[in-house]
Amino acid sequence: MVFQSVEQLIARKKELEAIRNKVKRRIVVCAGTGCVAAGSLEVYDELTKQLKEANFEISTDLMSCAHRNGSTHFVSPSGCHGYCQMGPLLQVEPDDILYMQVKPKDVGGIIATLQGKQPPDTKLLYKDPHTGAIQKGRNEINFYAKQERIALKNCGFIDPESLEDYLANGGYNGLIKALSLSGKEIVDIVTKSGLRGRGGAGFSTGKKWQSALQAKAEPKYVLCNGDEGDPGAFMDRSIMEGDPFKVLEGMTIGAWALQSQRGYIYVRKEYPLAVKRLQKAINELEKAGLLGDNILGTGFSFKVTISRGGGAFVCGESTALMRSIEGKVGEPRAKYTRSVIKGLYDCPTVLNNVETWACVPLILENGWEWFASKGTKTSTGTKAFSLVGKVKNTGLVEVPMGTTLRQIIFDIGGGIIGDRPFKAVQTGGPSGGCLPEQLLDLPVDFDTLTANGSMMGSGGMIVMDCRNCMVDIAKYFVHFLLEESCGKCTPCREGLRQLHYLVTLVTEGKGDENTIKQIERVCHAMKEGSLCSLGKDAPNPVLSTLKYFREEWLQHIQEKKCVAGVCRALITYWINPEKCTGCLICGRACPQGAIIGEKQKPHRIDPAKCDKCGVCYTVCPERFSAVEIH
Amino acid sequence: MKITLNGKQIEVNPGEYLLSVIRREGIEIPALCHHDAVEPVGACRLCIVEITRPEWEGWSRLVTSCLYPVEEGLIVETHSKLVSDTRATLLDMQLARCPDAEIIQKWAKEYGIEKTSFPVREDADKCILCDICVRICNAVGRYAIARTSRGIEKVVAVPLELGEDQACIGCLSCAHACPTGAIEWKEDSNTRTIWGLTFTLEKCPVTGEVLGTPQQLDHFAKKAGLSRDYFTKSDKAHKHETAKKFVKII
Repeated sequence: MVFQSVEQLIARKKELEAIRNKVKRRIVVCAGTGCVAAGSLEVYDELTKQLKEANFEISTDLMSCAHRNGSTHFVSPSGCHGYCQMGPLLQVEPDDILYMQVKPKDVGGIIATLQGKQPPDTKLLYKDPHTGAIQKGRNEINFYAKQERIALKNCGFIDPESLEDYLANGGYNGLIKALSLSGKEIVDIVTKSGLRGRGGAGFSTGKKWQSALQAKAEPKYVLCNGDEGDPGAFMDRSIMEGDPFKVLEGMTIGAWALQSQRGYIYVRKEYPLAVKRLQKAINELEKAGLLGDNILGTGFSFKVTISRGGGAFVCGESTALMRSIEGKVGEPRAKYTRSVIKGLYDCPTVLNNVETWACVPLILENGWEWFASKGTKTSTGTKAFSLVGKVKNTGLVEVPMGTTLRQIIFDIGGGIIGDRPFKAVQTGGPSGGCLPEQLLDLPVDFDTLTANGSMMGSGGMIVMDCRNCMVDIAKYFVHFLLEESCGKCTPCREGLRQLHYLVTLVTEGKGDENTIKQIERVCHAMKEGSLCSLGKDAPNPVLSTLKYFREEWLQHIQEKKCVAGVCRALITYWINPEKCTGCLICGRACPQGAIIGEKQKPHRIDPAKCDKCGVCYTVCPERFSAVEIH
Repeated sequence: MKITLNGKQIEVNPGEYLLSVIRREGIEIPALCHHDAVEPVGACRLCIVEITRPEWEGWSRLVTSCLYPVEEGLIVETHSKLVSDTRATLLDMQLARCPDAEIIQKWAKEYGIEKTSFPVREDADKCILCDICVRICNAVGRYAIARTSRGIEKVVAVPLELGEDQACIGCLSCAHACPTGAIEWKEDSNTRTIWGLTFTLEKCPVTGEVLGTPQQLDHFAKKAGLSRDYFTKSDKAHKHETAKKFVKII
């Protein structure tokens, strides 16, 4: 149906909420990228098939629950639940049971539980690694219980491809509120909420909108940056895939406030599912009269187009992104005149990140006071992080700003794999820095992270333990940026070339005292001289590891030693004859045939053949731990 | 409007960029991607200057003067320690990129660098990726060359291996504007070769001078709104004819 007025939309929302409340049980199977890769769609198919066979009354879309009377099981896929490591995930409401690592063969047992024939299979439930206690639902599991979700609120709860489901779960309350306000009033609310850009820079969203509101030129553009390119980051992806309507509602509110008629969502080409779901959402919204011409009979028109990136990291930079949408080479320009004055096609442009847009509807719905009461004074609200690396619970987490690194890594993340010692956490993607153990109690907010040599960035969080070499980490990011620098300006292009050369020297044990001086000189020139913030921040991984892990750098240079056992040129693998049982596992795995030894006799590595790939070290069973790095 | 440049208060015109003020004052700073005929892009970063304002309470920042518009009360230093150190490092790195580019050698020397402290690029050419050639070609109206690839792989090239089917008209504007002489071209009595493309040359029937490539002459005639016939003779021949007519009149 096409909504002709706000009243019609409100009436429809009430109907949909009533239908939702009539559902007996809601079963959602995670269809986020991680769970799909782990086979969740097969689980979904098996579930619907077996439920039908067991004579359950089921619906796979909200609308067909309408004519039933409270005995329907509503089964649908959902966006990412966040606990990707435990996928495929299957959630049953209102019972609050979260089944993990579900396989098609487990479906029978789950149905038996639904029938009340047996308690939930504990093998599919979460077991607290510390206490061994079984925790059946999100309210109990530490990973979820300690989070607070705003941007990710709907992810994992609603069907991302159903507008009805979105409307039944609070969707478009934000826009309804916004339509009763003037542009200035909306900008005031956003400003007072303290919302800051979630894409990295942390600029006040309200102030940005204010400048665009005051800009005289027409037309004005509203853009969404979905070009998430940091290694290991997938917050925006999960939001676009799991709750596309919310991003579009946020953009529509922004467009209404600025009286913009044209919007673009720039999505990187590596996110085909996000593109598909966003496009489907746009089509649905246009059909419903919530996008396109004369939205809700207000006379206000707003059209959104998806613009697909070509995979260049630099196109996540605002001015490069705009050039890319224009069809030009994705290179940044100097921002002495800001994009809110002269952006896309030289017109006033508001560009916000996916997560920022996703916060907007709830701020309008619940008021600025509600948002500002969360987080810290200067960084309000919550922030989503993708927690990855050597941490027990990897996945997507959202916490109030000001939560400490320790709480995120140890309470939510469950600590380090194998309970090895924590070494560092890398925040902010390639432009961020590595923070050491003594800073674990830092509150995570925009200003604190920047003051300590790292940054919030878009929210990547990579945890490292004693087996990570900090010089090697610095080299990894320098290499990443070397390949992704656009090459327009000298400091970034030539600086990264030289930085990569110099850092590689260190990892190969060829560095000397002058090397670090030269590295710092290059970093300095890049920081001061680069055109865009990508170049200015590119030396951060090097500078922050030099600041907090200088000892380790010096060990590489002076002692020619890599204590973490990572830098190949500086290590040798050795089999401890006292520990080796001669199980042959390493010998079979070695690609070079460098391991000599018979069954049940200690093995030995032939140094002439060994190319230090470390496979023997990885495959040697932990109970033996016979392969050592020296 | 007034600004303070290296300690001296001077009058400037609203809308102009710092670099033109600096040059007008006779202060020499390198600005290798700057060309008066085209819009600035701020790629070489050598024209950086340090700016501050009294209300910034000691805080300052580096900006590229070719792109930074003058502002009332701005305090600008073109050779502060921060500027000179950064500029020297950039020149050092450019010298490692293009050790044979004379203009880089000259400026590096000015900043105390005889030989680069970095390893020299393998197969180094003279291109510093200043982008002047690309912008000039666009201004000519041909869009025949572009920066392709990214990062250290970046090169200026004719696009997409189109073979002979190129927008290039062999006018040499790019080669003449190049500050380092990086664009190679050659000419014999009948042909001109640039960007791997060979053009025939049209000559003046009167003086025998080279007029250009036919594609170039077509383009310029069209662009200037002149008859193509105008370009079938050299300037010298035109002058000669006019002089003859003039002699007849008097």
